[in-house]
Amino acid sequence: MTKKILIVDDEPNIVISLEFLMKKEGFEIAVASDGEEALAKVASFNPDLILLDVMMPKKSGFEVCEALRADPARAGLLIVMLTAKGRDTEVAKGLAIGADAYVTKPFSTKDLAVKVKSMLGVN
Amino acid sequence: MISGWLVAALSTFYLAVLFAVARFGDARADAGKSIISANVYALSLAVYCTSWTFFGSVGRATSGGLSFLTIYIGPTLMLMCVGVILKMIRISKVYRITSIADFIASRYGKSQLLAGLVTVIAVIGVVPYIALQLKAVAASLNVLFQQSDHALLPWWLDSTLLIAAVLALFTILFGTRHLDATERHEGMVAAVAFESVVKLVAFIAVGLFVTYGMFGGLSDIFQRATESPELARLLQLDSSRAGTWTAMILLSGLAIIFLPRQFQIIVVENVDESHLKRAVWLFPLYLLLINVFVLPLALGGLLHFNGQGFNPDTFVLTLPLARGAESLALLAFIGGLSAATGMVIVETIALSTMVCNDLVMPFLLRSTWLKTEKQQDLSGLLIGIRRVAIVLILLLGYIYFRAAGEAYALVGIGLISFAAVAQFAPAMFGGMYWKQGTRAGAVSGLLAGFGIWLYTLLLPSFAKSGWIGSGFVEQGLFGIGLLKAQALFGLSGLDEISHCLWWSLFANIGCYVAVSLNSKPDAVEASQAERFVDIFRHAGRDADARLWRGNASVEALVGLLERFLGPLRARQQLAIYAQGRGAVDWHTLPADADFVHFAESELAGAIGSASARVMVASVAQEEDLGLDEVLDILDEATQVRAYSKELEVKQQALEVATAELRGANERLRELDSMKDDFISTVTHELRTPLTSIRALSEMLHEDPEMDLSDRKRFLGIIVNEAERLTRLINQILDMAKLESGRAEWTTSEVDVGNLVREAIDSLGQLFREKGVALESEIPATGPIVLADRDRLTQVMINLLSNAVKFVPGGSGRVHVRVGSDQKSVRVVVSDNGPGLTAEECNVIFEKFRQGGNTMTDKPQGTGLGLPISRQIVEFFGGNLWVESQPGAGAAFIFTVPLPAPEA
Repeated sequence: MTKKILIVDDEPNIVISLEFLMKKEGFEIAVASDGEEALAKVASFNPDLILLDVMMPKKSGFEVCEALRADPARAGLLIVMLTAKGRDTEVAKGLAIGADAYVTKPFSTKDLAVKVKSMLGVN
Repeated sequence: MISGWLVAALSTFYLAVLFAVARFGDARADAGKSIISANVYALSLAVYCTSWTFFGSVGRATSGGLSFLTIYIGPTLMLMCVGVILKMIRISKVYRITSIADFIASRYGKSQLLAGLVTVIAVIGVVPYIALQLKAVAASLNVLFQQSDHALLPWWLDSTLLIAAVLALFTILFGTRHLDATERHEGMVAAVAFESVVKLVAFIAVGLFVTYGMFGGLSDIFQRATESPELARLLQLDSSRAGTWTAMILLSGLAIIFLPRQFQIIVVENVDESHLKRAVWLFPLYLLLINVFVLPLALGGLLHFNGQGFNPDTFVLTLPLARGAESLALLAFIGGLSAATGMVIVETIALSTMVCNDLVMPFLLRSTWLKTEKQQDLSGLLIGIRRVAIVLILLLGYIYFRAAGEAYALVGIGLISFAAVAQFAPAMFGGMYWKQGTRAGAVSGLLAGFGIWLYTLLLPSFAKSGWIGSGFVEQGLFGIGLLKAQALFGLSGLDEISHCLWWSLFANIGCYVAVSLNSKPDAVEASQAERFVDIFRHAGRDADARLWRGNASVEALVGLLERFLGPLRARQQLAIYAQGRGAVDWHTLPADADFVHFAESELAGAIGSASARVMVASVAQEEDLGLDEVLDILDEATQVRAYSKELEVKQQALEVATAELRGANERLRELDSMKDDFISTVTHELRTPLTSIRALSEMLHEDPEMDLSDRKRFLGIIVNEAERLTRLINQILDMAKLESGRAEWTTSEVDVGNLVREAIDSLGQLFREKGVALESEIPATGPIVLADRDRLTQVMINLLSNAVKFVPGGSGRVHVRVGSDQKSVRVVVSDNGPGLTAEECNVIFEKFRQGGNTMTDKPQGTGLGLPISRQIVEFFGGNLWVESQPGAGAAFIFTVPLPAPEA
């Protein structure tokens, strides 16, 4: 079965590149451009993994992550935080509130694809 | 008709009520639930208002007009010196002072001589005052019975003696009921407070009756008085009597604390220092109330009994009687009786304590009889001595009344007592504030002042009564004119009271200061001086304990306590003391300096500090500490204090410095965190376009087979993002240059209208593309300012591109207007976009804070345009701000000052 990935970022160009990258790897993709839309899409699209930007309007990636982790029904959902802020505290915070991985922008497309595939157990 | 029996029954009933109040007060005190509140304390101070106030004020007002007020102004002023009275109270509490004699004696080295001297002065000085009370009660009875046909001659013959006897009995029951001879009498204070209320009510009742019942109100009385030249004089302030006024105010101000009964009530009976705060205003209020009707009564009496020769001192009774208001007259009588009893009780208790502790005890302690009766409980003896003293004092009062009482009006007698106790002032105040004051100084000052009082005031009062020859008053002693008793050394023209006060205080203060400066205190004196003057600084008993050295036995000291306090009370106090020192049983306590100190202060409470000192010395082998040693110990204490004060100051300085450092550190940390935030934000802003560029170029690189359309699209994005990155880096550098002041400016004359037109032209394409209408309102030429042309263009382009960014496509409208006044050019760029909230109006000028942040659309731009624009405009001395409301568009306005016109 095709694994589903939700891409959440407020930068349209980053969404374009991520969407292209993940589609090429064979995943089913949905996108959201802010935190609230992300939560709505999680409910409707039911993804296996979410690529989540931190700095977003309306609801930050941290808030979205916390909300998702508070929902026991979503326990299996994998969360990969993406951030352009490179500070260690941000990484630590992301992991502390339950993100499964933390990727700093700009990222290597190859590495990101490998990481996502291994997390989802796809070869 | 008022019958003698009715008066007797009423008086007895009143005294019984008073007694019940006292019993209640005592019972509550014994149960540990004191009824002495701040109000009760303040009311009890009104024991100052005796029958002299009750009857005599009116009498004095009939002759001296308003001058009767001085007797009440003085106390009011004195009470304002709260600090002085508080210090007196604190000293008395700490050292278990029992009376004013004890206070003075204790301060000057626990001197029995001084205690005795003060007691003698107090007794002699106050006896006329007690006589005055007897006289007042006798006179009031006289008035009541003059009106009746009822003759009560059998006992009427000497009603005054009877009154004295009743009062003595009553006082004995009142003040010496308790077997433990401690210094406080809460029951008595409660009764005195009650008595104060009674006399106030009675006096005001008479005042109201006369003013509104017999006359047509205050204005009526005063109007009628002004019509008579004789009475009008009473209403005027006579400036030639200013000296007398001053003397009276001084005299009464001193009397309010130094009369033995006042010292007893204010200082000794005080249970809580905070009560004083209430008394400071409540007592003067009381005085005001009891004086309101004095003048109306005086004038009313003079008008009503015009020329009938009624004694003005009895107007309070005769006025109601003249109208047949017998029950009101009886109430007035009770009020006067009340005032008299209150005074007599407190005064005689205070005096009897002094006589017992400071005159009789020193003799007893020396007698062999006492030494042989070692085991006897002496507390009963103490009470007995006090009772006898009460009787003797009242008897003395009676004798004075017989001897001299008829010569003076009530007020005159009272003032004699006031002048006597004023002699305590130098020794008291000096003792509290001047460490150099010595015993020798105090003794000589008191003797000099008292001697002059005796010669210029008391003896002349006897002479006036014909009791002794009046030669020394009229011709001077031995016929020497300079020694005329009431014009001493040629000082004439003063009234007798001012004359006496002036000379006696002059001699008193002079001797006190001169002798003090020329005598050396002994060790005990020096240490007492230190303790009294610095009472607020001596917190612990440290120095006290170190100032005693010797051997004592617990048994001997306990024996002393049992003898003077009674075994029961002694055990109680010992148990409390042992508990305070953390011991289970006082038997286990060592007879150290602290224990001796405890025993001595307990004894002082019962027999006065001077006698207590003698008693303790008699059972302990004490080492005499030399003066030098005492001074060393005290000096050490002073040094430790100075040192600790210095430390305190340093610590405060340190705390201030620490706080300053902490503040600076806080600011630095804030700056640091701001810088950190800035870098983090810049990083974020730079990485975002970089992310797209890297991701897309990597994918292009790895996938040569990619569709041409995707390839084109991605390359387009890469080019755009690279441009964005370039713009961002340029603006960050620009901002950094502006902020650090390293930007280069080329200032020239700039035509603002022209500049704005050019900016509009350069952005015309952008507006057209989005379908936004751009209108402008610009003068043909000018205005001209001094600025950097390129920078100003940068600001204009920034504002215009912001506007076009936020207005809706198609329907958007942007309006530009250039105007000027005398001082500056004003450029307004307004739009019909979504507008800004008040908060956003400020935020958008911060770095990287873009408008529309909370909106779904991610705005284009770097978030540095407006901060940079503001920096530029401010550099030219102008301002940049926004006026907007949500939904109503926004107007960005900047001003640039016009160059000053050339002179």
